[in-house]
Amino acid sequence: MICLGIEGTAHSICVGIVKEKNNRCIVLSNIIKIYKPEKGGIHPREAANHHATYIADLIKDSFKQSGVDTGDVDLVSFSKGPGLGPCLRTAATAARALSLTINKPILGVNHCVAHLEIGRGTLKDCIDPVLLYTSGANTQVIAFAEGRYRVFGETLDVGIGNCLDKFGRIANLSFPCGPKIEQLALNAKKYIDLPYSIKGMDIAFSGLLTAAETFYKKGEKLEDICFSIQETAFAALTEITERAMAHTEKKQVLLAGGVAANKRLCNMVNTMAKEREASFFVPEKTLCIDNGAMIAWLGVLMYNNGVRMKVENSFINQRFRTDMVDVTWRD
Amino acid sequence: MIDKTILYKCAEAEIVVSKYLGFDVVLKNRVTKGYRLRKINDILIATRTREEAKLMSEARQSGVCVPIIYDVDLQKGVITMSYVKGKRVKDILNNLSEDERKKLCIKIGESIGNLHKNDIIHGDITTSNMILLDDMIYFIDFGLGEINNEIEAKGVDLHVLTEAIESTHFKYSNCFEYVLEGYRKIYGKDSNKIILKIDEIVRRGRYR
Repeated sequence: MICLGIEGTAHSICVGIVKEKNNRCIVLSNIIKIYKPEKGGIHPREAANHHATYIADLIKDSFKQSGVDTGDVDLVSFSKGPGLGPCLRTAATAARALSLTINKPILGVNHCVAHLEIGRGTLKDCIDPVLLYTSGANTQVIAFAEGRYRVFGETLDVGIGNCLDKFGRIANLSFPCGPKIEQLALNAKKYIDLPYSIKGMDIAFSGLLTAAETFYKKGEKLEDICFSIQETAFAALTEITERAMAHTEKKQVLLAGGVAANKRLCNMVNTMAKEREASFFVPEKTLCIDNGAMIAWLGVLMYNNGVRMKVENSFINQRFRTDMVDVTWRD
Repeated sequence: MIDKTILYKCAEAEIVVSKYLGFDVVLKNRVTKGYRLRKINDILIATRTREEAKLMSEARQSGVCVPIIYDVDLQKGVITMSYVKGKRVKDILNNLSEDERKKLCIKIGESIGNLHKNDIIHGDITTSNMILLDDMIYFIDFGLGEINNEIEAKGVDLHVLTEAIESTHFKYSNCFEYVLEGYRKIYGKDSNKIILKIDEIVRRGRYR
C-alpha cells in the first residue's frame, strides 16, 4: 500500500509518500517546507498563505522524487489536528483536491499520534515506547494503554518550544530560537538557579520563563541563562518521562518533535534510559520534526484497520487531542 | 540494618526493605540522577526529602494515614519509615465491584479533603501513591508536596488525580465523582470553589 500524507498543523507544510511492506514503513519521499516569519512568532494567516503558495509544487516534487505515479497512490491522508485553523484548512483543502483528482480515498489523522507511530514504524525494536513529544506548541508524555494513546503528563501552560522561542524573542534571537539557545549554552560558565516546576507527571514553564527574563534584564550573561534554561527545563522533562515510565512499567522511550533535535535533551533522556535499563529511540531529524511521511504512515495504519472517511466529512479539528483516537491497529 | 532488598524502584528513589530497631521498615533512598546537573540534584534531593518528611508528619496530625517516620537523613536523602504491607490502589481499583469501588473512592476523597483542609498539598496524588491496608488508605510519596492554602494549588493537586484516573482507570472515570463526593463531605462549603478551579485548569491546558 502506498499513501501520500500532507502535514500542515503549524509553521511547516510537508508532503510525504510512504510504502507499507510487512507492517514496516518505507519512506519514499519526505519534503518539508518551513515558514519562517521575518520577525516575531507565527502569524496563522500568513503561515497558511505560505502553505497555499507552495503545496501544489510540493506535491508535484514528491511524485517526482519518489518515482511514484499518481495512479500508484492508494490513499491520501492529512493532518486533521491539533494545530492552527488556517494552516490545517489549507492542508486539508489540498488533500481533498488531490483525493478527488486522482480518485483515491482520503483520511484525516491525529498529528501527535503520527509522531509516535512513525517511530514505531521505522525504528527497529521500537515496539511499546513512552513518547516524550516536545515541539513548539506540544509538550506531552504519551503511552499506549488499552486501546488509546493516553496522555500521562503534559504542560500546564506553554509548550517547551514556545517557551524557548518566547525567551529568544526577549533576547533578540530569531525564530526558531531553540538551536540558537543550544549553541549559546555551549559557552556557559555557570548555572543560575531557575524554578523547576513539576506537578505529578505534569510540567509548567511559565515561572522558569519569567525568572529567565528577570535574570536577562538584570544583566546576567545570555550564555549562562540559555544553559540554565536548558538544564532546568530538560531535566524536568526527563523526570516526568521517567515518572511515566515507572508508572506504566514500560521499558522503552521515544523522542519526537522539533525540540528532540536538541542534543542536550537527547543526551539527558538517553542517560535516564540507561540508568533504568530501558532502551532509547529517536527517529532521524526529518522524521522527528513535523513531516508528511508520518501523516502518510498513520493513514496506512488506520486505513488497513478499516477506518474510512468521506470527503464531505473530512473536517479539521484544531483541538484534536491525542486521547480522542481509537487505536484499533494495536493490541 | 544489614540485609537490604530493593522492593521497588520508582522514578526518583529506591525503596529498600530493612529493619530498624526490630521494626520492619522501608528506606526511601533518593538517588542522584546522571542526567541532571549536580547542583540541581543536590537542591532537589535535599528539599524533597525535607518537605516529604515534614508533610508526612503534618498529614498524620490531620488524621490521614501515612507510614511512621523513624529517621531522616537530609545529606544522603534517605527517609526511614514503617513498612505498610498493603496493596497499591492502582492494582486493585479496576478489579473491585462497583459498590466497593465507590466506597474506596469516597474514602480517598475524604483523605484528600483532610489534607487540603490543613493546607497540605500532596503534589502527586495518583493511585500508585495510595496503599490499602486493613480498610485504611495510606498516602505515600509526598516528595512533590508543599504547604499552600491557595485554591489554585488544591485544584492542581486534584487535577493530577483526574489525569491518573483518565490514563490508568479510564473505564471507571466516574471514580472521580465519588472522590469529589468524599472531598466535599470533609472540606465543606468552600470545596465548590476548588472543584470549579479544576475545570479552569483543564481549560488552560492545550486543546481543551
